[in-house]
Amino acid sequence: MPSQFILGLITATFIGAVAGYLGSLMISKRMALVGGPLGHLALPGVALSLIYHYNIFLGALLSISLGALIIWWLKTKTKLSIEALTGLVFAAGVALGFLILPLSQAEEALIGDITKVNPIDTILAVILGLVIFFVIKKIYQKMVLLEISEDLAKTEGVNVKRYNLIYLISLGLMVALEVKIVGILLTAALFIIPAASARNISTTLGQYGLFSLIIGMVSAILGMFLFKLTQVPAGPLIILVNTSVFIISIFLKSE
Amino acid sequence: MPETILKVKNLSVVIDGKEKIIENLSFEVKKGEFFIILGPNGAGKTTLFKALLGLIPYQGEIIWSKKDIKFGYLPERLSPLEFKKLPISVKDFYKFKNVSEEKISKILKSVGLGEKRFLEKNPGDLSSGQFQRMLIGWALVGDPEVLFFDEPTTGIDIGGEKTIYSLLEKFWQEKNLTILLITHDLNIVYAQATNVLCLYKKGICSGPPKEVLTPETLETLYGNKIKFYKHKH
Repeated sequence: MPSQFILGLITATFIGAVAGYLGSLMISKRMALVGGPLGHLALPGVALSLIYHYNIFLGALLSISLGALIIWWLKTKTKLSIEALTGLVFAAGVALGFLILPLSQAEEALIGDITKVNPIDTILAVILGLVIFFVIKKIYQKMVLLEISEDLAKTEGVNVKRYNLIYLISLGLMVALEVKIVGILLTAALFIIPAASARNISTTLGQYGLFSLIIGMVSAILGMFLFKLTQVPAGPLIILVNTSVFIISIFLKSE
Repeated sequence: MPETILKVKNLSVVIDGKEKIIENLSFEVKKGEFFIILGPNGAGKTTLFKALLGLIPYQGEIIWSKKDIKFGYLPERLSPLEFKKLPISVKDFYKFKNVSEEKISKILKSVGLGEKRFLEKNPGDLSSGQFQRMLIGWALVGDPEVLFFDEPTTGIDIGGEKTIYSLLEKFWQEKNLTILLITHDLNIVYAQATNVLCLYKKGICSGPPKEVLTPETLETLYGNKIKFYKHKH
């Protein structure tokens, strides 16, 4: 049986790496807006999981899926923009979450608790992480082309709706995994910061994807060792290491 | 007689459920034509391209001579800024087309971007003439049979414009391509077009430019603001 720390380390490493890679495609404002607060949508499910002691991943995933369905349904019923509807449903999710969440357990929901990671969480993180990585790797170039020009992408045979759906499902799954280690407040940071650092030091797409993945991974590993040294919650530490890498990347900036 | 590559019958495009952008348009394009679409702003030219490429829904019939015909497309006003926000090189952009590096170098050379440094550059950092030529190369690189160029010289000075049109003519002749081009430049229409379609929601005229572009047609198309004098040398 591996120690609790090793389980946490493996989980954080896989999640950090794949989240960084996924985040490198979060280029447009719209994607960043949807992907950013997805974690907030997880709160009601996370709250219920904490109260009834079942896996946080499941609670988060159910809650995110339900939220996404509600946004989609509202979109078909109203003329409001997806951004406005997303904001509305996210806010309602957070409010509902706090209504049912006992204050004593709020910290775990908000910033995560790596010490509660069990072998199932680790296996999930490794398997889902690998699956998401390979799926995204396959559609990576097409997603970038889609970002440059939807018309060009369509002419090249890209099914826009299908690709966006695959990307959003990957984001949703990843957020549900992340909640355990960084909590609902910091899920977005694992996507955004490694990609931002990689953007600073890359000149080609290959470098950009690779550096996003490596920076996400190394930050998670360093964050975990800092946690072992200080016993400060691992989630915020991982994000702070990421932020430090970002600051360094400003000085290494290519161009 | 060359075969017909495209047949459009009673094409209508409605946007947002009410505004008719194209109404009951019918025309044909033969293989190997340099086919120019002419019309004022808002006439539906870009919309026509999008319908032909299958990017938007339409009513009526668009029949291509075969199913898996290969298109190359240069959209109107694709902004260099779209590239600037990404760490992407010209080579990366060309690799989206799944072609060998050898082919990439060859096509870049043929659009005048043969120097090695261009491969590693971000497309957003090219000058507007180079950027447009880079896009033409991109449209050409997958060996397409039909090329769609939507105002490829927008924002380019006269010298650059000439370069671009002579490039198009060169590729058209060398590769036996069918080219569909949207332009406002009547000089190009007279010099290059095998056939021209005048569009203002409906088809106003269609045929070889010297026959169909009468002063009356041009007036119907653009109002009486335009007079074109063709110099005879």
